Amino acid sequence: MTTLRAWLSDPNPASRRQARLGQAWLAWQRIRRNRLAMAGLVIVGLLLLVAAFAPLIAPHDPLTQDLSRRLLPPGTPGNLLGTDDFGRDILSRIIFGARITLYIIALVAVTAPVLGLLIGTVAGYFGGWVDATLMRLTDLFLAFPRLILALALVAVLGPGIENAVLAIALTAWPPYARVARAETLTVRSSDYIAAIRLQGASSPRIIAGHVVPMCLPSVIIRVTLDMAGVILIAAGLGFLGLGVLPPTPEWGLMISSGRKFLFEQWWVATMPGLAIFIVSLGFNLLGDGLRDVLDPRSASR
Amino acid sequence: MTGLPAPSPQRRLLPVLGQIALGLGTLAITLLGLLLITFVIARIVPTDPVLSIVGERATPAQIAAIREKLGLDLPLWQQFLIYVRDAVQGDLGRSIRTGQSVTAEIARYFPATLELATLGTIFGTLVGVPAGVLAATRPGSIADQIVRVVGLMGYSMPVFWLGLIGLLVFYGQLDWVAGPGRLDPVYDMMMQFTLTSYTGMILVDAALNGAWDVFANAVSHIVLPAGLLGYVSMAYISRMTRSFMMNELGQEYITTARVKGMPEWRVIWVHAMKNVAVPLITVIALSYAYLLEGSVLTETIFAWPGLGSYITDALFAADMPAVLGGTVVVGVAFVTLNMASDILYRLVDPRARA
Amino acid sequence: MSLLEVRNLRVTFATETGEVQAVRGVSFTLGHERLGIVGESGSGKTMTGRSVLRLVRPPGRIEADAMTFDGRDLLHASEREMRALRGKRIGMVMQDPKYSLNPVMTIGRQLTEGLRLRDGLGRSDATAKAIAALEAVQIRDAARVMEAYPHELSGGMGQRVMIAMMLIPEPDLLIADEPTSALDVTVQAEVLSILDGLVRDRGMGLIFISHDLRLVARFCDRVLVMHKGLVVEEIEAAHLMEAQHPYTKGLLNCLPRIGGSRAPLPVLDRAGF
Repeated sequence: MTTLRAWLSDPNPASRRQARLGQAWLAWQRIRRNRLAMAGLVIVGLLLLVAAFAPLIAPHDPLTQDLSRRLLPPGTPGNLLGTDDFGRDILSRIIFGARITLYIIALVAVTAPVLGLLIGTVAGYFGGWVDATLMRLTDLFLAFPRLILALALVAVLGPGIENAVLAIALTAWPPYARVARAETLTVRSSDYIAAIRLQGASSPRIIAGHVVPMCLPSVIIRVTLDMAGVILIAAGLGFLGLGVLPPTPEWGLMISSGRKFLFEQWWVATMPGLAIFIVSLGFNLLGDGLRDVLDPRSASR
Repeated sequence: MTGLPAPSPQRRLLPVLGQIALGLGTLAITLLGLLLITFVIARIVPTDPVLSIVGERATPAQIAAIREKLGLDLPLWQQFLIYVRDAVQGDLGRSIRTGQSVTAEIARYFPATLELATLGTIFGTLVGVPAGVLAATRPGSIADQIVRVVGLMGYSMPVFWLGLIGLLVFYGQLDWVAGPGRLDPVYDMMMQFTLTSYTGMILVDAALNGAWDVFANAVSHIVLPAGLLGYVSMAYISRMTRSFMMNELGQEYITTARVKGMPEWRVIWVHAMKNVAVPLITVIALSYAYLLEGSVLTETIFAWPGLGSYITDALFAADMPAVLGGTVVVGVAFVTLNMASDILYRLVDPRARA
Repeated sequence: MSLLEVRNLRVTFATETGEVQAVRGVSFTLGHERLGIVGESGSGKTMTGRSVLRLVRPPGRIEADAMTFDGRDLLHASEREMRALRGKRIGMVMQDPKYSLNPVMTIGRQLTEGLRLRDGLGRSDATAKAIAALEAVQIRDAARVMEAYPHELSGGMGQRVMIAMMLIPEPDLLIADEPTSALDVTVQAEVLSILDGLVRDRGMGLIFISHDLRLVARFCDRVLVMHKGLVVEEIEAAHLMEAQHPYTKGLLNCLPRIGGSRAPLPVLDRAGF
């Protein structure tokens, strides 16, 4: 153990692999000392576990209605967080809701950054009118209020989880394009890119093989920080009835259904909101810590 | 003395005028793009606008007549030009629900949103800037941690949920504030029938009329939603202020000020703040624009008759002209705020004037 | 009595990988004379200068056995007492006027600020004094410079403004930290001669920090050579060329000489220290 640590923290690494692993180890050390980031990591990890093992953890079926057990308060035996207006167990619905949330996040995380990366790297790599056109487009989407645009899109496409994801992804890509373009511009003129070009590599090959990897770290940080926002927008769409359709246990939708008896049975709307808040806080804490560690430019002194 | 420009007032102002012209040009292009996006969205609507007007049992001849009247028989690019021409003249079409002009309806709803977002931004700035400065001057301290966590919580909170909790606690349980709506019904009648409306913003109108009982009632209605939006905006502003301030405090001119023996308050609030103010203007404008948009969900919770409510109501009535009209207006507000912050930026930063 | 006495000064930075000592026990005394501190970048010369003003930013930490200025204990002085010393009795000119002047304040405001706030002067008195100070550093168009912003000035001009700003309160000690390194060679000589004249006329103590051995030898009475946070040699400037310490000799050998051999200049061999 001690020798491994010594090997990792050796200031004069003997190989590239050692240098790389040493850097990763140092970053991990730094993030481990950041208590808030660790808290975020734990929350995100819990979300993954809960979503994966939902059927095993949940005490009840999230959809089974029992009208004789309507609107029971939290702490009722068998219904830890109470029941909703159809007598469904709120805890079980929140647990299964983690799957929906994770599904939405995952879909957005694989679409929006990819689109942004593509547009950003192409714009940065080719420059000139390609750059001007693509960046104008990006600015245009950035200038557009995100939630309203998503609302209008869902209104047109019709409610549903895929349409919600599409609307969110279509409004989420511009920041990634900006980040990717900025990184590309710094890489583009470097000597090693020139060397590859002289070897006869094609532009798509250079972009995919040598430019995109350089952009990945900053894009990944952004994704983590962005996920909290995606969760909130998805929940907002659900709350307005434009996301997932009932009776699916989506957290935003659950809040909206609990709104009718807010003053009498407060827990129906409060509990799913807490779930949204905790998960989104987890992503924010993690993303914040990651940025401090991986992006020295914004690191606090 | 060579190479030193004469710092006459004209010299300082002229480039700004040029910037404004350039800004207006960019604004026009962006707005055109905005209209293009809403136009495209409107054209991919699966529901046929003609059918929704004439009904299912119209004859082909009737449909053709309506199509022609709406200009739907023209090529798409001509339709777009007509759309742009109308929008520029302030005509955003007619609401399907009410048959009224969308522009006129929005003009009625917008002041309520403006009032809410403005108050929220004022709250957010008044709390967020000092909090960010406090955190930046004591990095790593308890105060810094608190500002950081409270800020991150603001980032992570679903606004509509926080609104519900706020209503539950401060209205339902504690009864400290008034409930949803802009005014109690009694005062609402008063506002409508006995007082003159100048701006559509109740706080301003009531004050101008000297109707302080109406004003007080309006305050107790607005304080919760505005405080809520203020919290969201505070989270953003305090965070950015902290990072800008940290950056400035590391600069050499700060050392110069200290070498001169300047007290710490002056180093921070005059020397550093003058530099922080430059990027902070953009942040505050952005957060203001964000609140205009973010009010969609807040207004739903608080039954606030603003633009957000207007758009969501229209959404459920499948009233696309109203939805898109509202979207365009929010977009215009967004872009205008961005440009205004740009101009202000140039006025504040002497380096940008050159 | 000496103006400044520093005994066993240490400046430590706590970093993630442990403590780093930027200054590891520096001692010197200074009268009303001109003391040069020479060394490569990272040798701790800048930190030594800033420690005297107690302007090392956290996580940096200043420790010393003793540090007194004109009989006053700098180590234990309150922040308030330090502020009274800074500006009024000790001034500092920094490397690059591009960074050391506040970019969004006019030169006039930056010059008069101290006079108005600290000395309670009225606007017109302060302005008159500031213009006089600008004229003392040979700025001819002083009234116009007062209205300018730093980015509108050239580097040499900015540094003259900086010198004027520090000399307005007529301090007893001036610390000049690489005052000419960021300037064009032609301007360097000009700025130096202005600085030299003012220091001579007013009889103030000067700590001149530089990496340029020859400049220091010409300009100062005595020289401290620093390396890795330690003073390796203290020598009269006139005898610099006869330095004994291998590091100083190494540095001297790296300088080009007119009429010297055309062979490549030797590279400093660090293995010996």
